[in-house]
Amino acid sequence: MFTYIELHKKIRDLLELAEYIRDIKGEEFQGIADLVKKIQDLYDKFYDYSPRELEISYQTCEKEVQRILAKAEETLTPYEIVKIVRHPQRFTLLDILENIYDSYLELGGEGELNIDPAVVCAKALISRRVGDEVYFHQVMVIGHEKGHGEEFRRGGSATPWGNEKALRYMKMAETEGIPIHFFIFTPGAYPIEDYPGAAQQIARNLYYLSKIKVPTISFISEGGSGGAEAIGLTDYRLMAEKGYYSVISPEGGAAIEAKLKEGRPPRELVEKMAKSLKLTAKDNLELGTIDKIVPEPPLGARRKDYEFFKRLKFELIKATDEVVLQTRSMKLFRKYALSKQNTEAFKYFINWELSEDEREILLENRIAKYRKMTQWAVLENRGFLKSITQKSLKLTQSLGYELKYQIFKKGQKTFKKFWDELWSESSIIIKPVSDPVKSVYNLILGKKVRPKVKVLAEIEEEGTIYQSPLALQDRTVSCPQSEKYGCPDLWVPDLYGEFCGVCPNCGYHFPLEYNWYLNNIFDKNSIKFFNEDLSSSNPLNFEGYAEKLKKAREETGLNSALLSFEAKVGGISLIAVMLVADFRQGTVGVAEGEKFIRAIELAKISRRPFLALIHSTGGIRIHEGTLGVVQMSRCTMAVRDYVDSGGLYLVIYDNNSYAGPVASFLGCAPYQFALKSTRLGFAGPRVILETTGQPVPPDYHSVENALKRGHIQGIWDRRELRKKLFFALLTMGGPNLYYR
Amino acid sequence: MLQKFKVNPYKLYPVLTPHTGYIREFKVKEGDQVKGPSGTWLEKPGTPLFVLEREKNPKVIRASLDGVVQNLRTDLLNKFVEAGVEILSIRHPLSQEEIISEILISALYVVRAPETARYILSPDLAKKLEKEGLGKLKVREGEELLLMTFMKRETPIYLKEKGEFIIYQIYFKPFELVQRNSPLLGLCPVEDLPYLERIIQRIKEEWPS
Repeated sequence: MFTYIELHKKIRDLLELAEYIRDIKGEEFQGIADLVKKIQDLYDKFYDYSPRELEISYQTCEKEVQRILAKAEETLTPYEIVKIVRHPQRFTLLDILENIYDSYLELGGEGELNIDPAVVCAKALISRRVGDEVYFHQVMVIGHEKGHGEEFRRGGSATPWGNEKALRYMKMAETEGIPIHFFIFTPGAYPIEDYPGAAQQIARNLYYLSKIKVPTISFISEGGSGGAEAIGLTDYRLMAEKGYYSVISPEGGAAIEAKLKEGRPPRELVEKMAKSLKLTAKDNLELGTIDKIVPEPPLGARRKDYEFFKRLKFELIKATDEVVLQTRSMKLFRKYALSKQNTEAFKYFINWELSEDEREILLENRIAKYRKMTQWAVLENRGFLKSITQKSLKLTQSLGYELKYQIFKKGQKTFKKFWDELWSESSIIIKPVSDPVKSVYNLILGKKVRPKVKVLAEIEEEGTIYQSPLALQDRTVSCPQSEKYGCPDLWVPDLYGEFCGVCPNCGYHFPLEYNWYLNNIFDKNSIKFFNEDLSSSNPLNFEGYAEKLKKAREETGLNSALLSFEAKVGGISLIAVMLVADFRQGTVGVAEGEKFIRAIELAKISRRPFLALIHSTGGIRIHEGTLGVVQMSRCTMAVRDYVDSGGLYLVIYDNNSYAGPVASFLGCAPYQFALKSTRLGFAGPRVILETTGQPVPPDYHSVENALKRGHIQGIWDRRELRKKLFFALLTMGGPNLYYR
Repeated sequence: MLQKFKVNPYKLYPVLTPHTGYIREFKVKEGDQVKGPSGTWLEKPGTPLFVLEREKNPKVIRASLDGVVQNLRTDLLNKFVEAGVEILSIRHPLSQEEIISEILISALYVVRAPETARYILSPDLAKKLEKEGLGKLKVREGEELLLMTFMKRETPIYLKEKGEFIIYQIYFKPFELVQRNSPLLGLCPVEDLPYLERIIQRIKEEWPS
């Protein structure tokens, strides 16, 4: 027998659960709508019934709800998982802080009074019981807060300054040497370009996270693309069983597939997209983009599922232990014990503080983990023999470069430094004696002494001019800015020939094919492509994608959207990659990511500058799902490794450059330049309008505004690109400066 | 002045060919309603009017303001035309604000920006204006009206016109960049003020807004 109060509470909880099932599965599912009405009636007329009647009705309804819940769990679809994650009854970060951590202090504001209410940062204590002892670990907690229906949280979409706040406390945790627990509850980043800029800040976060010297663990409930990656590059990735981690929201993906310019895509297409994107925890574990799934109750955990919080606490401690133990030499027994640990009561205590050496191992482990990630999906069209030959060639090459730079050049450099120092020191004594003698000698012989001036090398223009196929038309075109600047019509052979596709009156840049850049920027016959056989594939078996790839291959003759090659500019040898618009709008998938990493690795071992020339990029390729998203982390990590070892990394943008790549391995470059025609940003105007409800001015993504926001370091004219690049390489690099 | 607008409350804007070429297609008919550029930043282009082709470069000429198409020269279809030939006219109905603005521009003495710079009202004038309000404060020849600020260097601007005026209209916002020759202040001779106010009142009453 229940008391009145207990019954009232039980009926209210049952009503909440029934409504929850109805929201997820729909009104039609197993008569749930009628059952909700019945329980609602019971709740509303609670005092009209006798306790006995109430109890009987409650038990009948409860039984029915449990039956429907079991059925709902059985028939759960990927799109329903998306609905679970977005439901206001779903647990949020603040629920986790309340139920998992023993105490916590929010940093950077609480509630609405906050730097960004969508991002919560807190210093927290987490305890573990070993026998009768209780041990406390200090951790930094950083994550998105969706709020239970709180509008000001923007559903967990972090603004650029919210991500900057996250970065600030990551740095704090690193200084204090405490692990960071990240909680990802975001449908995506808030796509506005206000300073520090959505894409730029995500890129900065990724760049920093790639070598942060403390253990990092992330837990994904709602992992919306770039917004999730901003705090998702971690040593161990946990994911909620009923969570989703995706390259794009199913609605966004459906709108792209249906080529919608405005309005909502049809429901069937959204559901199909959710299935095709392979966004569930099970899918992601199979794809290798996460490390472990945290089990949840049927239809997902809600804010009062205390058993789930207990489990999550255990998994978080276990994951941190695992990351820490991997850095230790004496770990054998503890690692074994950890693998056998399945209950919440721990048998041992592990100190989470790392020594200097352990931190280095932590970084090595992280690099190795992300280097290995998604490699199974790389498609190389080469035979066994060719593969072996290339591998041996690469090994020989690396050995050669190591010998050259680590032994000979290093020795040479040390000797030169010593000699310079010696000469500079001795000249203090020698010069006062030798200079008067020299002057008298020159005076007698009538020699004029000129100061020695070292002139920077001059670049030669290439003899033959590349003929763009666009120039083969006998007609004129109008400059789009002719009304504003009164530009005369341009004769096409002139425009795409001598004028390099630039209006001579106002400087407007017309789009040009990628071959133009290859033929006009680099020295003649200096380009040597490599990894051409690395090809885009269809690892998710996304419907229709294989045909699209086949068509792109036939039309362009390329295997992926990224070209990687060795080239020279004015005699300076460099490694370059180019994302080309012709192949799937320059989007990045597994093949492109792998090619980028291999190219930058070659630049690292051969001590050459690295150039990323972006003809155009439309972001991460949605057809490759999270396998594409993790390329953001993988490539940024490779960039960080290259820059830290002293490499010069230059990015030059043209045309349209948006989303994932700009928010990671391109946006993190210390030197970024853009041609006048570039449109640069995180999300296009349609996505911004849909997310923020505010239209943006037509010049929102213009190169001038990107410069004002500090995204790029300069705007270049296409006609001077070769010259500018040459001088950039000379002044920012120089033969001795590529490697410190 | 009012009679002139009453008789013909429209303005006829001729649409001329910007350069030589062949008229290849008319996108509108006589009497069609056309729209000028719209949107918050005028990012949506106006209604296409006709296609002018030169050197295999078909150029769509669009309406630059709202109105009705008139005097359409359909006889010029597929014919060569010189630059500056009138192809059609757009009869633009004048709105209440446009008429008031036309009347004010012709009736008021307008002080214009001598340089592209930032402007503020002279401090004394600003104080008085705050007290008395727009349309009441009198200024005389030689009185300091404005301060032109350019990189923290301030230059006073004095009233050069003889007589006594009322500050009737302010066209700029303090410290916002104003282009050279743009109107800054509209001054009304004191003796004309009653007539002007009466005219504007009548326009507001009689004209559809």
